[in-house]
Amino acid sequence: MARLHDPAVNVERFLYHEAHLLDTQQFEAWLDLFTDDAIYWVPLERDQKDAVQTSSIIHDDRTLLGLRVQQARHPRAHARLPLARTVHQVGNVMVLEDGIELKVASTLQLIEWRQEKQRAWGALVEHRLRRAEAGFKIARKRIDLVNSEAELDGMAILF
Amino acid sequence: MVANEQLAMLVQPDRVHRSVYADPALFELEMGRLFGRAWLVLGHASQVPDPGDYFTTRMAREPVIVVRRDDGEIGVLVNRCAHRGATVCAEGRGHAERFVCPYHGWSYDRGGTLRAVPVPGGYMKEKLSGLGLKPVPRISVYRGFIFASLAASGPGLEEFLGPAKSSFDDFVDRAPGGELEVAGGVFKHAYNGNWKLMLENHLDGVHPAYVHASSIAAARSAPEPGAPGEHYYDIAVRQMRQNGAPEALWESIGLWTTSRGHGWLGDYHTDKRLTGGADHPLFKEYARRLASRCGEAEAERILGVTRWNTIIYPNCSFMSQFRQLRIIHPLAADRSVVYTYSFRMKDAPGQMFRDTVAFANVVNGTASWVLTDDLEVYERVQQGFSSGAVEWAYIGRGHGGDVEEPDGTRRGASGTSEVFIRAQMGAWLDYMTRQ
Repeated sequence: MARLHDPAVNVERFLYHEAHLLDTQQFEAWLDLFTDDAIYWVPLERDQKDAVQTSSIIHDDRTLLGLRVQQARHPRAHARLPLARTVHQVGNVMVLEDGIELKVASTLQLIEWRQEKQRAWGALVEHRLRRAEAGFKIARKRIDLVNSEAELDGMAILF
Repeated sequence: MVANEQLAMLVQPDRVHRSVYADPALFELEMGRLFGRAWLVLGHASQVPDPGDYFTTRMAREPVIVVRRDDGEIGVLVNRCAHRGATVCAEGRGHAERFVCPYHGWSYDRGGTLRAVPVPGGYMKEKLSGLGLKPVPRISVYRGFIFASLAASGPGLEEFLGPAKSSFDDFVDRAPGGELEVAGGVFKHAYNGNWKLMLENHLDGVHPAYVHASSIAAARSAPEPGAPGEHYYDIAVRQMRQNGAPEALWESIGLWTTSRGHGWLGDYHTDKRLTGGADHPLFKEYARRLASRCGEAEAERILGVTRWNTIIYPNCSFMSQFRQLRIIHPLAADRSVVYTYSFRMKDAPGQMFRDTVAFANVVNGTASWVLTDDLEVYERVQQGFSSGAVEWAYIGRGHGGDVEEPDGTRRGASGTSEVFIRAQMGAWLDYMTRQ
């Protein structure tokens, strides 16, 4: 049990830490959790296989993800002024593979509030984590929203 | 009922009354008089290639099924059982032999004819004959694009489109294989605002510098884009930076409108601006394939067309250069839904469709840097218009400088003219007051 137990505990702590950075709007610190070759992906379709032949709600390399953080800090980022307040609730954390990279499944329940509008999100999340000096780095994060194919109002938050 | 004289007072040469956007009673009138009469863009033939293929959509607020019939033609049926009124086809797309109502099992063929009724003994046979899914009275396909009208009579599609037809030609002509195909998923976004606000935004050359200031600034700080396909982020960075083009460029763009409310931006994007160089091997290969189909001279003519967004009033906006088409569904005076489709050009290099997908993500994605700020502003305008403290909105930019062209179009004095809003309002008033 110990072999599974320790990384799982660490992984859970890491995911909670990631969620905390988002909920406290420490986006620059959150961005630092990602590797330089990271991919952050919110697919448009259920069971979407790739992001080059089918559109995605978000499909960012590290450069583009950085632009999201920069935009959020701009004094005329209309859809992000004020920034939405969020609670990221991470659950069902499972380490599925433990090798050079860890493959981690989790669930996300998210409450978002901004401009008198409260929204609830649910997603299945998969992280690919690499061990780093201070815990882990995120090499890939895939967020499958349960309602990704719905008619959705604009989304100006990070999952 | 609102009298025509009252309607006429709402739209003036350089201003429009807020109720045109905010009054639920006017919205109800629009559904019948405007959306109930105009040709509406429903989709593309590639969505229903074979008999039995269908997709569901809306015309105004009517749920409809677009289906490839057994005779190979495209039909549009109101998605409502003749018996108890249930929709016979669930939201989406697919392939069906029959449309079977979930309530009592009435089944209809692909032409909408009622074919089977369980417990038929309870009905007089002559009462059932002639029942079916109501066909939408007029359907027309132009170069693969499916149009329909809820009105049994009215101007034909060619008359309706007028000179705007050439934007569809530009769209299709660019495909080396001569055809387009819907591909790459459908973005569906919604906003708490009137449907007109989207159509009034897509030809507005002044808004990008302000609405998109934050994404322009972010993109300017990004690494320099390279050649096509070199970096994944290039398409996004290029497009966001392009929104920050100097005012003089926007002023120099051609902006044309028609009396039906259609409009388009020309003289804007060249292929060089968009793909990182007309001299690039990818673009040369594309141009070679195009020329092999239609000849060098024709290929040169096709690629010399530099249109950007085209509005087909009242429900569609599209652009050929990155092959995007948006259909707007009005749900209420202050609620609209937009479906965004991407198109693949037959026989074009594969990278060009990957660029289309990346472009869709950055501009039309529901979480994009760009679209989210547009939607925020639509909602802010709607909030302002819902207040009765101030009655009028001003649409006078460039008013007085409009130029009547020989082909019947009206051109703005410059690319930043609000001539397209005035044209849309003129068409609106015509639909709303015509008997």
